[in-house]
Amino acid sequence: MSNGLWTDALTRLKKNKLALLGAAFLLLEVAVFFLAPLFSQTGYEVQDLEMTFSAPTQLHWFGTDSLGRDLLSRVLFGGRVSLTVGLLASLVSALVGVVYGSLSGFLGGKTDNVMMRIVDVLYALPFIFLVIILMVYFGRNFVLLFVALGLTQWLTMARIVRGQVLSLRHKEFIEAAHSLGIRKRKIILKHLIPNTLGPVIVYLTLTVPSVILEEAFLSYLGLGIQAPLASWGTLIKEGVDVMDLAPWTLFFPAFFLSATLFSLNFLGDGLRDALDPKGARD
Amino acid sequence: MGFQYLFKRLAIMVPIFFLVVTLVFFMIRFAPGGPFSSEKSVSPAILKNLEAKYHMDEPLVSQYIRYWKDLLRGDLGPSFKHANRTVNEIIQESLPVSVELGLLALAWAVIIGVSAGALAALKPNTVYDYVPMAFSLLGICLPTFVVGPVLVLVFGLWLQWLPVAGWESWQDRVLPSLTLGFAYAAYISRLTRGGLIEIRGQEFIRTARSKGLTESQILIKHSLRGGLLPVVSYLGPALAGIITGALVTETIFNIPGLGRFFIESAVNRDYTVVMGTSLLYFTLIFLCNFLVDLVYAILDPRLKYV
Amino acid sequence: MSALLKIENYKAYFYTRRGIVKAVNGISYEVHPGQTVAVVGESGSGKSVSQLSYLGLLPSPPLRILGGQVVFDGSDLLKMREDELRKIRGDKISMIFQEPMTSLNPYLKIGSQLIEPLVIHRKQRKKAAWSAATQALERVGISRPAQAMEAYPHEFSGGMRQRVMIAMALTTEPKLLIADEPTTALDVTVQAQILELLKSIQKETKMAMILITHDLGVVAGSADEVVVMYAGRVFERGSVDDIFYRSQHPYTQALLRSTPRIDQLEKELPVIQGNPPDLSQDLVGCPFTTGVLTRKRFAN
Repeated sequence: MSNGLWTDALTRLKKNKLALLGAAFLLLEVAVFFLAPLFSQTGYEVQDLEMTFSAPTQLHWFGTDSLGRDLLSRVLFGGRVSLTVGLLASLVSALVGVVYGSLSGFLGGKTDNVMMRIVDVLYALPFIFLVIILMVYFGRNFVLLFVALGLTQWLTMARIVRGQVLSLRHKEFIEAAHSLGIRKRKIILKHLIPNTLGPVIVYLTLTVPSVILEEAFLSYLGLGIQAPLASWGTLIKEGVDVMDLAPWTLFFPAFFLSATLFSLNFLGDGLRDALDPKGARD
Repeated sequence: MGFQYLFKRLAIMVPIFFLVVTLVFFMIRFAPGGPFSSEKSVSPAILKNLEAKYHMDEPLVSQYIRYWKDLLRGDLGPSFKHANRTVNEIIQESLPVSVELGLLALAWAVIIGVSAGALAALKPNTVYDYVPMAFSLLGICLPTFVVGPVLVLVFGLWLQWLPVAGWESWQDRVLPSLTLGFAYAAYISRLTRGGLIEIRGQEFIRTARSKGLTESQILIKHSLRGGLLPVVSYLGPALAGIITGALVTETIFNIPGLGRFFIESAVNRDYTVVMGTSLLYFTLIFLCNFLVDLVYAILDPRLKYV
Repeated sequence: MSALLKIENYKAYFYTRRGIVKAVNGISYEVHPGQTVAVVGESGSGKSVSQLSYLGLLPSPPLRILGGQVVFDGSDLLKMREDELRKIRGDKISMIFQEPMTSLNPYLKIGSQLIEPLVIHRKQRKKAAWSAATQALERVGISRPAQAMEAYPHEFSGGMRQRVMIAMALTTEPKLLIADEPTTALDVTVQAQILELLKSIQKETKMAMILITHDLGVVAGSADEVVVMYAGRVFERGSVDDIFYRSQHPYTQALLRSTPRIDQLEKELPVIQGNPPDLSQDLVGCPFTTGVLTRKRFAN
């Protein structure tokens, strides 16, 4: 059963040009961004006060900013930070969501009811406020940041996973396995997990752009990534401050942030359609 | 008879509110660097305010009750950073500005969103569909703090049609509200399109046509009511989003709204302002969601009997 | 008495990506005032499409009307513009549909939907239309019509909803009522009531009715004339007696044989072999024989 599902999905995915484009862009981006330090000479911190606000040239492909720093290196560095935070926070949210959701679905009954009620109520709250409050109280810790960000996104994942677990619990092959005396733990490992993996991957792909966006949001406001580190959010903020003098300082980080968000969304949508073609399409 | 489920929702909110207020109380009391902690890093004037306000010599329980009493009177306490200002004053000055910004943004979102979505639904898979939906994709993916500066760059600096910051004349209000509303216009246009397309595929539309109604009559009387339901239920999250989006928008456009003060307070670690404002925001969001549920129940007659 | 509706050699095809579907492939028959003509056939025979298409109720593209005439009350409907057709729809020609569950707008009150034909075609004011509609509800057998007008569709049962649809179709006293499988979704007892109701209204108003159905029992009880359709064509036409007792076409005979009968409980129900033909393929000869294993040829 699992083999057929994946190959079918892959075929469908391949037909989705936008998703493929997104995937290609992301692969390229990750490769360039994370391998770049091996090649580039100009550091992201190096200031050159004689070359401030210069437009793109051969030396500085993306130009320089208000302190004469090479924008290309800064965009690459900021990209690494943003992508890493995005991925780590999404993994945190996936972890919390999967554990909560599978527990709720597996336990069922009243416990499940209560747990999902809590999720319903939490859904209405804008978590960003909680993150801000956490940042205010506990300082701008890098680890705290992506844990907090991860906690803003686990709700959807929990719902999805719980739904999957509930529907799988009652499927015949689980009952068959159970009646054969296979222990509960084995059932979970061998049956439940492979079948929930699909939706988890899909929503993971869709969580990453939300988290990257939130990090950028916080950093833009000065509450996220702090100097000397940089992320796309801080770079965009710096760019906005001087955009009348040097529009490229806004353009390049904004472009990469947007393109990454687009690609992740296309890919995530594509994965979701590939795995569940019955889902309502726009 | 049927509004029972609404009351159920309300009933859950009460203990939650209770919990939240209790949390807020403790967080203010145990704020690092505050008068209750070991390292008092607040200025003496503020310390005086806080002691007068919270009666720190009293036992914890009476402090808590006192906090509730103040809260129910609408008093949120003094600022942590500004000795002669209270949280209430700050809110009173800046909330109206934010409300205006939020309502304008919502207006843009609904007007642009529903029109674009309706147009796309009436002529699906044509250019009238592809173009608005492409724009809506932009709106959904591009963050407010990218859209805002881009609009400012194009309309403010290059074309010089609209002012870039401030909140004085009516022109000042255009760019910020448009920036804030753009993303929600995008979502609403997609929801409208989807909802209308689904409704128009239903049989009762064919019945209406067989009775001799014109296409516009069919659209307005028969399609909109059901087709807009997804938009109505989206308004709850949309409002929450507008509130958070205002934080950035007010910062970009230098608007003296509650959002901007909130961010400043967060950066400056003004605990009472941060917590008090958050409490206000949460209450607002709960109320708005409840209102939306109410409207939805009125619009969908089938729910009245659930 | 001259025909109220005269369909002559009417052709309408669907132009789809997978090919041309010849849904209505040259049909001809007449309907006279006060008469009930039953159009009978399997699913996919084109019986519904043949009516919906000339009234402008099907999206066009992919539908295209290719030829023939559909003359109603002296004018050819096929030559009319959309706004002229719209004047006739709901006024002189009304329709009721199969699924009363979904054919009424769930978001609007019954009254709001009932008054529409009167307001649009008779230019009545809302108040006048409302009381006329309330009376119509009473006529179709809905008790407490005034309260019913204020209610929503989901508050009614299937049978009552169909009565509401009938009331809605009759407020403008149409000359022709097209009933597309009006009783298929209803219980047998309710079926009988609905058909009775329609009959009594016809007696009063001399309204003609086209009754589309695949249920021969309904035909036997309600129709004057029968038109048997298959694959977009008319296989046989005649009075009810002609069709039931003296049918000439093997398809009609097969249809009759496959109807369950109370006096033949033990025997297996004969089934018409083969599937209805794919209407996107051109068919040579009688479309029925190409779908069936028999090799006999019959002149149409």
